[in-house]
Order: sequence, then C-alpha cells, then structure tokens
Amino acid sequence: MIKLVQHTLQRELTLAYRRRADLLNPLFFFVLVVSLFPMGITTDLDKLTEMSGGVLWVCALLASLLSLDLMFRNDFEDGSLEQMLLSSAPPQVIVLCKIFCHWLVTGVPLTLLSPLLSIMLALPGHALPVLMASLLLGTFSLSLIGSIGAALTVGLRKGGLLLTILIMPVLVPVLIFGTSTVQAIVLGLAWPGYLAFLGAFTAGAFALAPWLTVAALKVSVCD
Amino acid sequence: MTKLAVANNLFCERDDRILFKDLSLNITQGEIVHIKGPNGAGKTTLLRRLIGLSWVVEGDLSWHESVSESGIRPDGHRFWYLAHRPAVTLMQTPLENLAFAVAMHQADVSEPSLWAALADVGLKGFEDVPAHSLSAGQQRRVALARLYLNLPQIKLWVLDEPFTALDVQAVSQLETTIESFAEQGGTVIMTSHHGLHHTSVRELHIGAAA
Repeated sequence: MIKLVQHTLQRELTLAYRRRADLLNPLFFFVLVVSLFPMGITTDLDKLTEMSGGVLWVCALLASLLSLDLMFRNDFEDGSLEQMLLSSAPPQVIVLCKIFCHWLVTGVPLTLLSPLLSIMLALPGHALPVLMASLLLGTFSLSLIGSIGAALTVGLRKGGLLLTILIMPVLVPVLIFGTSTVQAIVLGLAWPGYLAFLGAFTAGAFALAPWLTVAALKVSVCD
Repeated sequence: MTKLAVANNLFCERDDRILFKDLSLNITQGEIVHIKGPNGAGKTTLLRRLIGLSWVVEGDLSWHESVSESGIRPDGHRFWYLAHRPAVTLMQTPLENLAFAVAMHQADVSEPSLWAALADVGLKGFEDVPAHSLSAGQQRRVALARLYLNLPQIKLWVLDEPFTALDVQAVSQLETTIESFAEQGGTVIMTSHHGLHHTSVRELHIGAAA
C-alpha cells in the first residue's frame, strides 16, 4: 500500500511537472486579477485593506476552479482511470493521492504567492500568517470538494461550465469562513473561531471526498 | 477443469436496441474465449460487464473463488485488462507506464524484469522515450508489455482487441504468448476480428440476430 502511494505521488508530480504550462495558468490568473483590483477600483489604502481578504480569497477560489477540470481528464482519456478503479488497492487511496498532488501544485503555490499580492492590497503585516494559514487549509478543501465535481463531469466532453455550476454552492462556505478569518484579524476581532470552522470543514471534506469522488468516477467511467 | 465464471441470462439493451439477450457463458480455466461479432454488437460492453466496469448488462454472473474473493468481479490483482484506451500515459515513458501498472496491481517486480518485458514487446531502446513520440503500434506495445511480466498471481487476461495497430510479426508473437499463457493454466477472454487457431480457443458469437 505504501508503495502504491509512493508510486502514485511520484507519477502525479512528474506529470504535473511535464504539464507545467497547464498549471501556470491558474497562478497567472490569480496574480493578474488580484493586481487589477488596486488599478481598477481604488488606490485608497484604507479601502483596499478593508477588501483585501475578500479579494484574495475570491481570486484564489476562481483560480483553483480553473485547474479542477484537469484533475481526472487526461487519465480518463488515456484509460488510466479505468485501471485505477480496477486496481486491487482501494481506489480511494489513489484518488486521495491525486487530490493531495493537485493541492501541492495549485493551492500551495497560491498560498506562497499571497504575501506578495497582499502588499499590493495593503493587508497589514500581522494578518499575513493568518491569511496564509487560511489559504493553505482552504485550498486543500477546494481541491477535496472540487474533485467530486471533476469526477462527475469527467465523462462529458465539455464539462467545464457544468463543473463550476455544480461545485460552486459547496465551495461558498470555504469562501465565507476564509474571508471572515482574514477580515476578523484585520479588524482586530477574534479570528481563531473562523479558522477553526475552516479547519473543521476541511477535515469533513477530507473524510468524505475520496469516497464521493470514487463513487462519482464509477458513474462516469462505468457505462 | 474449474469453471472460472458462469453467467446466465445476460441481457443488454442500448438506445432501444437489444444487443444480446439470454446469453449464457461458461468460462473454464485454461481456455481462450474468443468473443466475435460485428461492430457495435456489444463485445466491449460484455467484457466490461465481466470485470465489473459496466452496469448496463443485466443478468447473473459469478466468478470462481480462485480469481475473486467477492464472487461478483475478479480481484484487481488477479487479472490484466487491456482496454480500447490502453492506459498508456503519453507524457510518461514506457518504463514509467509499466511500473505504474505494476504498482496498481500491488505486485513486486524488479526493475530488470520491467526492462525485459519491454524488450519482449520490441521496445528495446525506447524505454526512456516519452510515449507521445512513439507510433500508434508502439504505444499499444507499451500496454502489451504487462502481459510479458509473468506475474504468478495473474490468472486471467481480459483483452479488448489486442491486435489493433500491431504489425504481422507482433500479431503472431502475441498469439503465441496468449496460447502459452493458456497452456500454463491461465484463462484468456478476448475480442478480436482476427482468427485464432489453437485447440483451446472457443469462439462465442454475439449480436448475429438483428
């Protein structure tokens, strides 16, 4: 089992490296959209500080939505997905590895870029660690929940729009708690409660998403 | 000989057309079951039903305990399934593809055996070339390489059109491999438009009735 996990992680990460152009897309989107806000709306630092948490979070959510469609598509098209479902190991393990790698190559880089962009939005320095913690946790649950939608729509030729519509309502709680965490610390309110909610949401998604994703993949692959 | 799989009253309907009905199937260990039929007759659907990848076929099916713990579908590590989409990831090299196929079967195969299997399918020298720069036939060979690993736990091959895109020599080599696998007690279920001539081949025609 450990060997399978190792192999899957290694495969996913090498594939991610070889398809790196696909992965740069959401990152560029994140940087571009966030940097357009100060230019397009206001350069008033107080106003920017007020909305910085929300802007960063909305852009992070949209950026990771962009990358979700690719999570299973290539494996579906070349037939690897069938073999994963037939594997003697629980397919949930393989799926969880894929989700984890997806987070490593989208959520983590987004989080690492966020300090740079938060300067542009005049986010106070003391809020930065909390922003990064909330993004790190939140993007993981975006990958987890997004994988269910990606699995449901992988059999469709153009599933991108449907995926967004399907999965967006479930992602809204992540956005609410993520934004609230950042806003709370900016305003000097108690923020650990919001972060704890985000953590609980991620833990719940971690427990359920692999099973739901496998069930959705079976619907898509088995005709 | 052990009855590996018994299926009764299989029925498949697609787009208001009945592909097959009252189909019964007995698969004995050590035989090569060659499913024949015109295009669109439901050969692939039947194969996918047998290994538990399709839900559109109704009917009873049970597998012998030597290949299946649950009896419903064969255990993942006991068979190879070679599908239409051959599970060859184009961004990976043949060696990486084969190693991952083995890892999903949770089998222990040494690196030299992987190289040997690739050499057996005529991919010597192409082990580290990305699969997208190989020809269609060579890509099929990457998928076929797993059949040459001789894993003792593999009891069943389910092959969907294994001869597609192969050259004449590779076709006859694969025929020999399939036959020797059956002689060693393995069971093969395959679809193909190509005729196989061996004593243990049993042909099954489906979809003749319109």
